[in-house]
Amino acid sequence: MASETKDIAARPYAPGALLPQGRLTGPMPWVIAIMMFLTVLASAAGLALDHGARSLSANVSDRITIQIAEADGPTRSRAVSRIVALLGATGGVDNITIVPEAELSRQLAPWLGTDLKISDIPVPALIDADFIAPAEEREARIAALDTAAKAVNAAARVEPHATYLGPLAQLVGVIGWLSFGVVALMVAATGAVVVLAARGAHATHRGTIDIIHMLGATDAQIVHLFQRRMTLDALFGVAVGFAWAIAVILLIGRSVAAVTSDLVQSASLPGFAWVLLPLLPVAGVGVAWLSARVTLRRALQRSL
Amino acid sequence: MIVQFDNVGLRYGPGPETLSDLSFALDAGAFYFLTGTSGAGKTSLLKLLYLAQRPSRGAIRLFDADIVTLPRARLPGFRRRIGVVFQDFRLVPHLSAFDNIALPLRIAGVSDAQLRAPVEEMLHWVGLTDRANAFPATLSGGEQQRVAIARAVIGRPELLVADEPTGNVDNEMATRLITLFEALNKLGTTIIVATHDYDLLGKVAGAQMLRLERGRLTERPRPAGAR
Repeated sequence: MASETKDIAARPYAPGALLPQGRLTGPMPWVIAIMMFLTVLASAAGLALDHGARSLSANVSDRITIQIAEADGPTRSRAVSRIVALLGATGGVDNITIVPEAELSRQLAPWLGTDLKISDIPVPALIDADFIAPAEEREARIAALDTAAKAVNAAARVEPHATYLGPLAQLVGVIGWLSFGVVALMVAATGAVVVLAARGAHATHRGTIDIIHMLGATDAQIVHLFQRRMTLDALFGVAVGFAWAIAVILLIGRSVAAVTSDLVQSASLPGFAWVLLPLLPVAGVGVAWLSARVTLRRALQRSL
Repeated sequence: MIVQFDNVGLRYGPGPETLSDLSFALDAGAFYFLTGTSGAGKTSLLKLLYLAQRPSRGAIRLFDADIVTLPRARLPGFRRRIGVVFQDFRLVPHLSAFDNIALPLRIAGVSDAQLRAPVEEMLHWVGLTDRANAFPATLSGGEQQRVAIARAVIGRPELLVADEPTGNVDNEMATRLITLFEALNKLGTTIIVATHDYDLLGKVAGAQMLRLERGRLTERPRPAGAR
């Protein structure tokens, strides 16, 4: 008798033992892992594209190029000098740069080869400059500058960079926001997965729930039992999915770093992304916790 | 008076009433047997008593509260004052005999250190000390029933509702269990035992009878003043 009593007293009691040991929710943790993986990737893509769109917009919005498509070389050179002087005298214009012939040759080399001298062919002269003006005056002032440039040489034309890179920046921005939409759908799907798992767990353990209910357990006590286990399951899935996603992001980051294109480089993750992305698993666990709680409470309220 | 039924009817779904026009009162500290043929409605009546069901009509007062209108959130507090021995035992299959018996105390928030002694006492009382760590699937029907009884009484309930509690035990154990119920009754617990076993009825001195036939009471307890 004494040994039996000792044996009973020595038995450890696990707080969750009212439910069978092991996972409650079947494949839910793995589904959540996949969801979290895709959510983190979509968020990272959204943040990178948004960052790219912003830096692209910032780069192009204040920049203009004056193109002088004059076939006669000496006339073109004179026009370049006079337009540079015109730009220098124009308010809000800064960083005036005549694109060197060597740069033009380098850009045309894939089409014309390296044997031709740039001075032998009627390639337009290009002058880059920053043009800073209030948004409401910008269009009118660029038109006035264009008119003034045409007065110097009829073949001169002022081209704001925003006119050809702006739509691209806008497209990148839209794709970025689309990524955030995908994230929202993923979060909703994660909630739905937990709701289904909670309903399944409730149905599977209905017998046990009924017993402890009849013995005086409150809804809160029963919900706590399930919620704790389901949240742990979700935590496992979230951790696995997040780790996979971060590994993939780091691999992509290394590949992006190796690409020399400015456009690709601009779509890199901003610093604050490394603060935002770790919040996703926290939010994932929160969604799982809340979904399990609401679902179980509703299920319990259907009984007396 | 611990229980008062007034013109109570119970209907499951759209069918006819399972229980009709039940009016009776149970005195605190009394011992009652509920008898009747199979299908007479004994289990349904017990369900109303242990708050697994609300009536379709009529009024029920339990522990001086109107059970029909009592908010659902307050039912657990009332259920903790009632011990139930289910006809099908309803033991939690993945819990040992010890943990099944400890269940009402754990639900009530009793710590592990505090519940060991009463659970061990109950195990000893129902003769299952050596089966404390056994799971229900490995217990015989009689052993399961004793665990169910121990679980029902461990919280010293004010009302004990037992549905065929001696149905799976031999005569000796049946007598022992009834003696146990009597001891509990002497401590102030009101006891109502549904049974087919008419031999049992004579074993408790002063026990009163409720008899159900086709959902209606044909014999009801006498009010305390009339005895």
